[in-house]
Formats: sequence, C-alpha cells, structure tokens
Amino acid sequence: MTTDHYIALSAILFSLGAFGMLFRRNAIVVFMCVELMLNASNLAFVAFARMHGNLEGQVFAFFTMVVAAAEVVVGLAIIVVIFRTRRSASVDEPSLLRF
Amino acid sequence: MTTDLLASATPTITYAPPEGVFTYIWVLIALPLIGAAVLLSFGRRTDSWGHYLATALPIGSFILAIMMWLGLLARPSEDRGIIQHLWDWVFVGNFTANVGLQIDQLSLTFVLLITGVGSLIHIYSIGYMKDDPKRRLFFAYLNLFVAAMLLLVLADNYLLLYVGWEGVGLASYLLIGFWQYKPSAAVAAKKAFVVNRVGDFGLSVAIMAIFVSFGTVTFPEVFAQAGESSEGTLTWIGLLLLLAACGKSAQFPLQSWLLDAMEGPTPVSALIHAATMVTAGVYLIARSNPIFDGAPTAQTVVIAIGAITLIFGAIIGLAKDEIKKVLAGSTMSQIGYMVLAAGLGPIGYVFAIFHLVNHGFFKANMFLGAGSVMHSFNNQENMRRFGGIRTVMVVTYITFAAGWLAIMGVPPFSGFYSKDKIIEAAFDHSWAAGLAAMIGAGITAFYMTRLFTMTFLGKKRWTDDVHPHESPPVMTIPLILLGIASLASGFLLAWNGAIEKWLEPVVGFQHPEPPIPIPVISGATLALVILGAVLAYQQYRREVPLTAPTSVSPLTVAARKDLYGDAFNEAVFMRPGQYLTRALVWFDNRSIDGAVVAMGSATAGLSNRLRKWQTGYSRSYALSMLAGAFLLFVALLVVRL
Repeated sequence: MTTDHYIALSAILFSLGAFGMLFRRNAIVVFMCVELMLNASNLAFVAFARMHGNLEGQVFAFFTMVVAAAEVVVGLAIIVVIFRTRRSASVDEPSLLRF
Repeated sequence: MTTDLLASATPTITYAPPEGVFTYIWVLIALPLIGAAVLLSFGRRTDSWGHYLATALPIGSFILAIMMWLGLLARPSEDRGIIQHLWDWVFVGNFTANVGLQIDQLSLTFVLLITGVGSLIHIYSIGYMKDDPKRRLFFAYLNLFVAAMLLLVLADNYLLLYVGWEGVGLASYLLIGFWQYKPSAAVAAKKAFVVNRVGDFGLSVAIMAIFVSFGTVTFPEVFAQAGESSEGTLTWIGLLLLLAACGKSAQFPLQSWLLDAMEGPTPVSALIHAATMVTAGVYLIARSNPIFDGAPTAQTVVIAIGAITLIFGAIIGLAKDEIKKVLAGSTMSQIGYMVLAAGLGPIGYVFAIFHLVNHGFFKANMFLGAGSVMHSFNNQENMRRFGGIRTVMVVTYITFAAGWLAIMGVPPFSGFYSKDKIIEAAFDHSWAAGLAAMIGAGITAFYMTRLFTMTFLGKKRWTDDVHPHESPPVMTIPLILLGIASLASGFLLAWNGAIEKWLEPVVGFQHPEPPIPIPVISGATLALVILGAVLAYQQYRREVPLTAPTSVSPLTVAARKDLYGDAFNEAVFMRPGQYLTRALVWFDNRSIDGAVVAMGSATAGLSNRLRKWQTGYSRSYALSMLAGAFLLFVALLVVRL
C-alpha cells in the first residue's frame, strides 16, 4: 500500500461526495456527502503525514473532525427546523433568500 | 482773508486714560443696548412699559454725553482726547485688537447728535407707533440702532468700528423691513442690506490693508504712522474707505438703497437720515483724515463722488411725488455736500461735520413733520393729494417751515451757515466743485419749495376719506424742539468760529481762500436759492394735477426712475449675475450631476445583472464553489508546469 493508493481512494471519495452534493436534493444526503468530502480530505492528510513521517497532517485531521462535529450540530439543527416548517427536507425548497 | 494763527492743518490732539466722568464712556453704549436686550428677551411682558424704558435710556445717554461735553470744555483743547481701554479682544500672533472707547471732540459731537436727535425720535415714536401691534419690537430695534451707532463713533480702532458698522447695517435691515408683511418693505430691507454689504466689503479690505501697512488698527497708532507711509498705499486705503462710506452714506454709485428705505416707518427714516447710518460714512472719512490728507488722488475722488451725488440726489428730489422720497433725495444730496467737504481736506472737515449736525436737526425735523402729516392722512404720502395743510396742522406747518428754510440755506437758519461755508471751501478747491455745490443749492431750493408748497400751501386736494388734525403733543413737542434747533444751531455753532475751534484739534483746520470774494459767493448762492424758491412757488401754488403728468421731458422721466440707478444695477450686476448662476446651475446639472448620476446608475445596472446569480438554490452555490476550487487547482498546475 503506497501513498498513491490512499490518495486515489481519497480522490474517489471526494468526487463521490461532490457529485452527491450537486445532484441529490435530500438535505440529509447532501449533508452526508459533505461529511464524505471532509473525511476524504482527512484521509489525504493522514496519508501525507505518514509519508512525511511527521504529525502535522494528523493534527490537521483532528481539527477537521472538530469542525465537522460542530458543523453537524448546526447543520442538523437547521435541517430539523426547515423540515418542521416546510414538511420537506429538499435543499431546493428553501430558495427565498435570493435576488 | 485773515488767517487764524492757531489754526493747524494737522491734528494736534493727544489722548490720555479716562478719569472722573470719563470712566463711564461704556455706559453711553450700554444703556440703549440694555434697552434692546430687555425688550427683546422679556417679550410681551414689556408691552405696556417697554417703550417708556426704551425712550428713557437714550435720554440717559444724552445726559451723560452732556456731562462729558462739560467735562471736555473744562480742559485745554489739545487735551480733550480720552481713550478708555476696556478689555483685550483679539490677540493672534502680532495682531492685537482691543475693545477700547475713544472720546474726543469729533466722537462727542456725534454722540450728542445721535443721543439727542435719537431721543427726540424715540419720544415721537411713542405717539407715531401707538396703534402698531409690534411697537415693543420697534423700540427694541431703535435702541439697537442707537447702540450700534454709538459703538461706531466711540470705537478707538477700525475693527471695533466695523462691529458698530455691521450693527448699524443689521438694525437698519430690521427697521426698514419692519412692516415685512408688505413685499415692498421686505424687498427694500434686503436691498439696503445687500448694497451695504458692497460698502462693508470695502471697509473690511481697508482694515486688512491698514493692518498690513501699519501693523495695527488703533486710530492714534495708525494716524501717527500715516505721514511716513507711501502715497500709493494711502490712496488705496483711502479709496477702500470711500467705498465703505459710499455704501453707508448712500453716495453714488451705491445710492440705490436709500430711496427704497422709505418703506420703513417714518421715525426710522428720520433716524437713518438724521442721526445714524448715513452719517457714518462722513464720520469714517473725517476720522481717517490723516490717511486722506496724505492721498490727494483719493481726496479728488471723494470730491467727485460728493459733487455727483449732490446733483444726483437733487435731480431725483425734483421729480418725486411721495413726500418721503423727496426728502430721501434731499438727504442724498446733503450728504453729498458733506462728502464733498470731507474730500477738501483740512479746509472742509469742520464744515462737513458742521453741516452734518445742522442737517441732523433739520432733516429729523422734516421727516418727523412729514410723518405727522402722513399720520393724519391715513399714511398717504402722495403730495398731489395734500395741499393747504397749514390751516389744520399749525405746529407741523411752522416747524416744517423752519426745516425748509434751513435746508435751503436762508439766513439766519442753520443750513445757511454750514452750506455756505462748504460752497466757499469748494471754490477754494476748484471751480467745478464750487459751481456744482452752488447749482445744487439752487436745485435744493426748487424741490424743497415744491414739496413745501404742494404740501402746506395752495388749495386742498385731499381724498374724501381723510380728516387731518394736528398730532398729539408727544409728537409735536419733538417737532418744536427740532424746529428751534433748525433755526438756532447754525449761528450758535458758528458764533465766533466755535465749531472750528472745537473740532480743529481732531481734524485740523485751514481757512478757505476762494479765488473770488466770499460775499460774492454768498450773494450768488442766495440769489440762486431765492430764484429756485420763487420759481417753484409760482409753479406749484396754483393748480397741481392730481395724477402725475405723463408727457414730460426725458430728464423728468429719468428722475422719476431714480436716474436709472436701479436699471443700471439690474443691467450690469443683477442680470449678468443671474445669467452666470443659471449657466452654473446648468453646468452643475449636466456635467457634475451627470457624472455622479451616471456612476450611480452604472453601479446599479451592474449589480442588477450580478444579483441574478443569487438564485437561492444552495446547490448552485455549491457548484460555483466547486468550479472555483477547480479553477484554482488548474491555475496552480499551470503555474507549476
């Protein structure tokens, strides 16, 4: 297992997340896609850390997890509120904030 | 001609700190100022007694001035100058200006005239303004006027004089526009203010020039250095001071405000024309005598302005039918005499002030007399509807007759003593000035007799709704006192050369030595005066048309229109000014506003297009973020390779 393999896996996961975020309407799924992209980048960080033999990438991965955890809290709260008011979890539904 | 050995062409006076009664110089100004402050700040509560207070305070100043006069008489004539330093006012760098008051023979003459005639006008106004709802305000402004004028003549430096100068302008604005509900009065007040500003500009630049040249603005210090200064500097300062004097004293070419100023209540006209305001210009020239004595060119211009104005005013007086406008024209003309005399140098200053004092008495007398007539004629002022008033208003008739004889210069009335001297002094300078002054005297006799005949003599031409009656004593007593003064002030002041000896230490004096004998000049003047008076009497004692004739000579048409003074101002200053402002407004609207508006609308248009990107769909935002990130990634790769 070389670093290239990890990076390739990370790229595949990130692309899956990105495409999922663009093409799915369900807010929960979009949310999961965002998590997928974050974790793909975590994988890349850790792989590079291992390759260089230092801890910086690992530390960054921890930071990403903390941010992701905070984001989950806020994001899920927003999704719940939107679902309560609109009876729908579609991300296209709340589009009032526009020109 | 005998020459008085004591007579000196230059001032010899010295100034000392005050003692005794002279420590209260400031009270002279403070009294009327307190009156104005009380009446203005306590409002309607003073309605019932305010006018009595406002009348008592100038009388108090007058009594104090009399005491100071007696105090000065007790001193030798060279020691009659007092300067009271009150407080430091401005000190910036090497510029200092103090609030200091100065009493000498010249100042005190003015103070006595202002407070004396001013007090009589106040008393008269109690009766004249009896039914006016704003009487309290009127008296407040009158007091303000007197206070400002006193500050003007008592200041010991040019800067403080300027404060009084502007105060006089403000008070005249308030009083001319006192009946501001009449559009004509509001316009007249504005006009007086604007025209005066032109003169004020001259004074302010003159003060700057004086400071630059002499490093000080205090009178004694400036005048001590004036002799060493170059003639060019003095000429410029003199011409600027003359511009200032033209504005305040309604001299050509800044005369146009004076005739419109008749829109104010009649006591205001009396105050402006006799005691305050228009005399300020003559005071300024007489006070600045060391500057003018060193600038012969400026003096020549002063004489020319005076001569032009005295003829100009007299011609306007010939054609007017409103009694107050004739008197206004005569004021212009008489002030022209004073300015002419003041331009003659040491031979004329004394006579300018002498004529100013006499004029103060007889002009106040005639204005108040005209007010008395108008008061009983329901404020009509068209002389064509007067006539034959002598039988119903005896006191007004007799006192007005005294003023009429005085202004014509019939001996022994006051105008004779001063005007004759001015004509003699004018002949000493040049034939042109002398002849202008002499012919002016003849025209004066004609238009004043015309006024007098049309108003008091001849047949009654009254409108049906008037029932003339003599005015109450509160109005006639000032008239009687001023009538006596019109009769007596001339020979009392000329007695044994009293006025020359009194003023000579301040303004200097030389006996005029005209090229033709003085009795010839006096005789010729008197003959002209009698000729003018007889001609006017013959013409106007019989039928006077009730409306002004329309088929008249071009000169009459011109005189009715104030010799096109207003037309000239409108054509040369007002219209081009309006065109300029209109062009500037157009330029502002089109180019400056255009640029600003174009920038705004361009920004708005751009944002209108850009905001379409804000679709509200979070997925499209995500796509744009992704695209951006991808572009960055590609850009990095391109840079790397």
